[in-house]
Amino acid sequence: MHSAQAPADLSAQVAAICAAHLGREGPMLPILHDVQHAFGHVPEAALPVIALALNVTTAEVHGVVSFYHDFRDAPAGRHVVKICRAEACQAMGANDLADAAKARLGVDWHGTTTDGSVTLEPVYCLGLCACGPAALVDGVVVGRVDKARLDAILEEAGA
Amino acid sequence: MTGTRTIYVPRDAAARALGADAVAATLANNPDVTLVRNGSRGMIWLEPLVEVQDGDGPRMAYGPATAADIPAILDGTSDKALGPTDDLPSMKRQTRLTFQRVGVIDPLCLRDYEAHGGLVGLRRALAMSGTEIVTEVTDSGLRGRGGAGFPTGIKWNTVAGAEATQKYIICNADEGDSGTFADRMLMEGDPFTLIEGMIIAGLAVGATRGYVYLRSEYPDAIEAMQEAVEIARTSGLLGDVLGSGRLFDMEIRIGAGAYVCGEETSLLNSLEGKRGVVRAKPPLPALEGFLGKPTVVNNVISLATVPVILEKGAAHYRDFGLGRSRGTIPLQIAGNVRQGGLFETAFGLTLGEIVEDIAGGTATGRPVKAVQVGGPLGAYFPLSKFDTPFGYEEFDGQGGLIGHAGVVVFDETADMLGMARFAMEFCAVESCGKCTPCRIGAVRGVETIDRIGRGDAAAIPLLTDLCETMKDGSLCALGGFTPFPVMSALTHFPDDFAKAKEAAE
Ligand SMILES: Cc1cc2nc3c(=O)[nH]c(=O)nc-3n(C[C@H](O)[C@H](O)[C@H](O)COP(=O)(O)O)c2cc1C
Ligand code: SF4
Ligand code: FES
Repeated sequence: MHSAQAPADLSAQVAAICAAHLGREGPMLPILHDVQHAFGHVPEAALPVIALALNVTTAEVHGVVSFYHDFRDAPAGRHVVKICRAEACQAMGANDLADAAKARLGVDWHGTTTDGSVTLEPVYCLGLCACGPAALVDGVVVGRVDKARLDAILEEAGA
Repeated sequence: MTGTRTIYVPRDAAARALGADAVAATLANNPDVTLVRNGSRGMIWLEPLVEVQDGDGPRMAYGPATAADIPAILDGTSDKALGPTDDLPSMKRQTRLTFQRVGVIDPLCLRDYEAHGGLVGLRRALAMSGTEIVTEVTDSGLRGRGGAGFPTGIKWNTVAGAEATQKYIICNADEGDSGTFADRMLMEGDPFTLIEGMIIAGLAVGATRGYVYLRSEYPDAIEAMQEAVEIARTSGLLGDVLGSGRLFDMEIRIGAGAYVCGEETSLLNSLEGKRGVVRAKPPLPALEGFLGKPTVVNNVISLATVPVILEKGAAHYRDFGLGRSRGTIPLQIAGNVRQGGLFETAFGLTLGEIVEDIAGGTATGRPVKAVQVGGPLGAYFPLSKFDTPFGYEEFDGQGGLIGHAGVVVFDETADMLGMARFAMEFCAVESCGKCTPCRIGAVRGVETIDRIGRGDAAAIPLLTDLCETMKDGSLCALGGFTPFPVMSALTHFPDDFAKAKEAAE
């Protein structure tokens, strides 16, 4: 992706987010979280604006964004379903559950259904390890997710 | 009805994941009861655990409750009745020090907090010198609960002795280990305890600023901590601490989904806004930590245990435990178990007691096959090691580690080759990329295990060699300890690594 010129309103919005955090020690992550919250992803065009505000290179900002699993460079589907892949959930059948989700949605991890309704993400532990398999659906925790529960979740998400 | 009636419905994420919000919704507009969203008592198999209290009477437990159970619970006819919460066998067997208030109080009510022993430790600390506080923590025998088990008092002493214009207290709330949720439960169920612990740490070492680095996977804990910090600030707990003229303030910072950022130097880089790459030590974070300043980095449970140590005295805490593992440990019992959850007890129970007695065996009813203790970098223990007592040195002596005290149980259907493969895959996904044996080795590890899975026994020695290389050539425990789950699976469950071969032949 070439570094596109930021539309003026995007630039202004990102600059305002940066300004709100500039007084803090280590403002980069709080800024990136807010940008992702505002746009649903961290747009390529936001990087030079952040770099300018923090007095670092765009490459540096890019390096930070790409390091962390949370930051996405494109918008997710309308619903984000995160299924725990970690050990305690595996002990309760998380692998089969994940396979069922992938099959039903027709996507692999990180994929978005063709109709844009659901993005499927892996997550490594939600701290719900005593009631696994666990999932996070649009930020809401769900425990003991069996196939029926999964179907209900995906049904509701319109997939 | 005489007197007031209080109904407790946990706001803990595990309770919510099992339907607590729907239960609470049926009570929200009921004029006859006061609804309190408490933390969880830790008995996750009983969640949502609803408690009913009339006046000052005992709290009566009901669970696992659904919204449909509420009418019968209110009129006393519910078949979900469990009796007084404090008399439940699982509660009576615990020694709750760090978690004394979790599940008991309204997590965001400072008055409730004080009514249950909160701020006693801080008030005592305010009357002590920094050196005296450090000595008290050292004498308690408290060791870091984040995994490495380093004595907390000794770490604080180093920071206290450093000269600097600014020092920091950083709480590691990244809790990435599978099978662990003690940090989460403490932050959701009793956040003021963590705040109090951080303030005491600040007084001890001369630090006036603190940060909690909290993983983004914990939306409920983030909300609770942020609200608690706001309340603490407006009530004069943070800022000019209880009007003492001593300053301490803190902020909650959110991680971004990288397991390695739980490693303390990677965490510092992340907090500074950089890639979460591990730093070489020395310099120790205690001397050159956040923004190059002397910094205490401690786990949530380490810091949240400090108030009770100051409240009850070092000796009270130290008197619990086994060998060099002093005090209590919040065991987190997870995976395929009948009775999963948090169980705080003195060090020293054997692994067998924990799995068979406290966890009640497997949820599926099938025999136990393996138990992974200490998160994704911890070894898989077979039944033959069930007599290992829960303690730092004791687990180390068996080629394992207790880490953050997660205990994950697997039944006989577990495929240990698959678990070994997952350990390597996880390392490959989460490697910070600094060392070749970790970054490349983990990818090779997955390939090698796949070869073994296809029946190529000649790949087994390759896997063993690769694990040696990773152990020797990794800067941190992600690359360095991934060989523990892999090699323990191979050593203790060789049949799972030979099955595929038989199938191929
Ligand atoms: C890969 C890796 C991940 C870690 N994750 C955590 C974590 O999530 N929480 C934590 O408290 N410590 C974690 N640690 C340990 C920290 O580096 C450090 O020892 C700890 O925060 C110190 O606090 P304590 O002395 O109170 O345990 C991790 C270490 C490694 C190598
Ligand atoms: S062992 Fe892995 S995670 Fe740790 S410093 Fe090296 S590359 Fe980074
Ligand atoms: S292992 Fe899945 S929630 Fe912890």
